Formats: sequence, structure tokens, C-alpha cells
Amino acid sequence: MTTPEVVLHPASLVAEIKKNNFTHVVWLPDSETNFMFQLLTSEESLHLVPVCREGETMAIAAGLWVGGKKPVVLIQNTGIMESGDSIRGLSLDINQPLVMLIGYRGWSRHGVTPDSAARYIEHILHAWGINFYLIETDEDANLISIAAEEAEQKKQPVAVLIGTEYGT
Amino acid sequence: MIDNADAVRLLDDKRDGAVIVATMNANHSQFGLVGVSKNPHLDFPMSNCMGKSSSFALGVALSHPERRVMVLDGDGSLLMNLGTMVTISEQAPDNLIHFVFDNGIYAITGGQPVPGAERVNWKNAAAAAGYASSFSFDNLEDLTVGIDEVLASEGPVFVHLAITPEPENRHPHHRPKPRRTMFDGVRELPKTLNQA
Repeated sequence: MTTPEVVLHPASLVAEIKKNNFTHVVWLPDSETNFMFQLLTSEESLHLVPVCREGETMAIAAGLWVGGKKPVVLIQNTGIMESGDSIRGLSLDINQPLVMLIGYRGWSRHGVTPDSAARYIEHILHAWGINFYLIETDEDANLISIAAEEAEQKKQPVAVLIGTEYGT
Repeated sequence: MIDNADAVRLLDDKRDGAVIVATMNANHSQFGLVGVSKNPHLDFPMSNCMGKSSSFALGVALSHPERRVMVLDGDGSLLMNLGTMVTISEQAPDNLIHFVFDNGIYAITGGQPVPGAERVNWKNAAAAAGYASSFSFDNLEDLTVGIDEVLASEGPVFVHLAITPEPENRHPHHRPKPRRTMFDGVRELPKTLNQA
């Protein structure tokens, strides 16, 4: 049995987060982000705000933004589904330029995914009118910068789906 | 019990430059903060995302640690987002005071009891969640005497207020329009906070 090649490293995403001058990472870890956590906690320029349930992230991010900070949200696609009323009532309704980094649980380019979290997430984002980008390799990480610029220009949330498990 | 209008009037009098995020009955168009506030530029009415006022207030508190932030929550609202108490205690913002206006009912839907009404010990729950200080008041006289100790306490502070229920039985179309909304707060509060 061969070990799958690692094509996405947390350092690539953290570098983009720092490059875009995000101040706070409001997050709830998903099953694949342990390496990301280790890296984020070592970054003195980033304030981590862990939450108990994903719906909190949007409201905390809204408060940070009103207070003049630049938060980014980092949760799993299942958490987006839990966060529906917060996204509607805050992020979208107050026109917050918010980048949401979303772990794309169940994503596969090959075959049919059995995971309903993957089957529904793009439809849900479409329904809200939230544009999204897909990151699968380190070379895609600059999509975070594109999403951040788009969020500022359009004054609305933009999602970045993380479709690959991180490696060390 | 404490009259809702008396409570918000006292807190507005004692705020001393604090941002106040108010929701549900604490933000009622007739007997809430919007009716008595002398500092509307520092008010953030929260009406569009039930249960998340304390989360929003945490974000404001983290962004401006030099400024006091008071959130006037409802018991039904807080029950929708109980994890917020642990999130707040973990971040431990010294400048955040979390009031819960406990009237025991869903007032805006006609007065149905909230789960656990008169059973939940909010003061103990907050202490168990890890708030640095926790208080409970069930009459205006004690609150008036005790508010200075609340304001001087190490944060995050939690304050349970037993509020007289005032159920709303008018159809939403027949209720007064709010004089100030969340959208006013989004426009005005950043100017106040970030240009100070």
C-alpha cells in the first residue's frame, strides 16, 4: 500500500492568511485540520477564537468587523449548514466582506461521493448567492487572496472550499 | 422582579461610554433600550439573528479591549446559544459584561414559557462556565446598589436579572416600528469605535 502524495500543506494557507492581514481566525476544528491548528497557534500575528458551535463564528466575526478588525472564519461544510441563520441574518444582511474557509468534507473529483455534506454544500452557497473557490493543492492557495479582494469589492461573504486533506 | 424599562434606564445611566448590544425585550421599541438611551451612537440593536447577541458582543469586545461592552441578552436567546458562555469564558475579555434579562417567556410570540423557566440557576451556570464574576438580582433596589460592584468586577462578568414578563400580543403588523435598527448600528458604531 502506498502513502498518498501530500499536495496541500497548512503553511500555504497560513501564508495567505498572513499576506491578507487577517487579524483573527474564528474557527471550530474539523477532523482534518490538526496540522493547521499547530501552525496557527504558533503565529503571534493571529488571534485564534475557537467556538463551541459554528453559528457563533459568523456573529463573532461580525462584531470583530464592526470593531475594525479583519477576521476570517474557518469551519467545515457541515458547520456552514449549522450556521444558516447567522449567515443570513448577519454576514449577508449587513454586507460583511467576510472570507469563509470551509473544509469540504466528502469532496471527490472521482466518482460519486456518498457524503451528503459534500453533495449539498455548493447548492447551499449558490442559494445564498455566495461565490466560492476550490483549493486542492498548494498552488491554489492564492485563491484566498482572490476571495478576500472579491469580498471587499462586493461587500459580501465569499467562500473558499478546502477540498484536500492537509499534510505535514 | 425588575421592570424592563427600569433596568435598561439604569444600565444606560451607568454605562460610562460602554457599547451596549441589546436584543429582544431589552431592545423593545417601547420599554427597551431604544426608548431611553442617551447614547444611541454606542447602541447596537440586535434583531436579525436570534441567540447571537453575546457572540457579536464578544467580537466587539475583542476588537476594542480598552472599551467596556455590555450585552443585554434574553433568557430564550441565550438558551439558543448556550455554548457562547464557554466561548466567552475561554476568551476571557475583561471588558465584557453579559446581562441576561430573564422574564421566563418568549415575550414577542405571546408569552409562552421558555424551557427551564424558574429552574435554571443562571448565576451558577455562568460561574460553572468560567465567567470571572457572576451576579443575580431580582429587584431594582438591590440592582441599583449593586451595579457599581458589577462594573468594578473582573471580567468577563455575568449578571442575571429577574425581569417582569411583558408578553406582546399584538400582531407584528400592528407593533410600533423600531426607532433604531441593527443596520443603523452597522453604519454608525464603526465610526464611533474606530475614529475615537
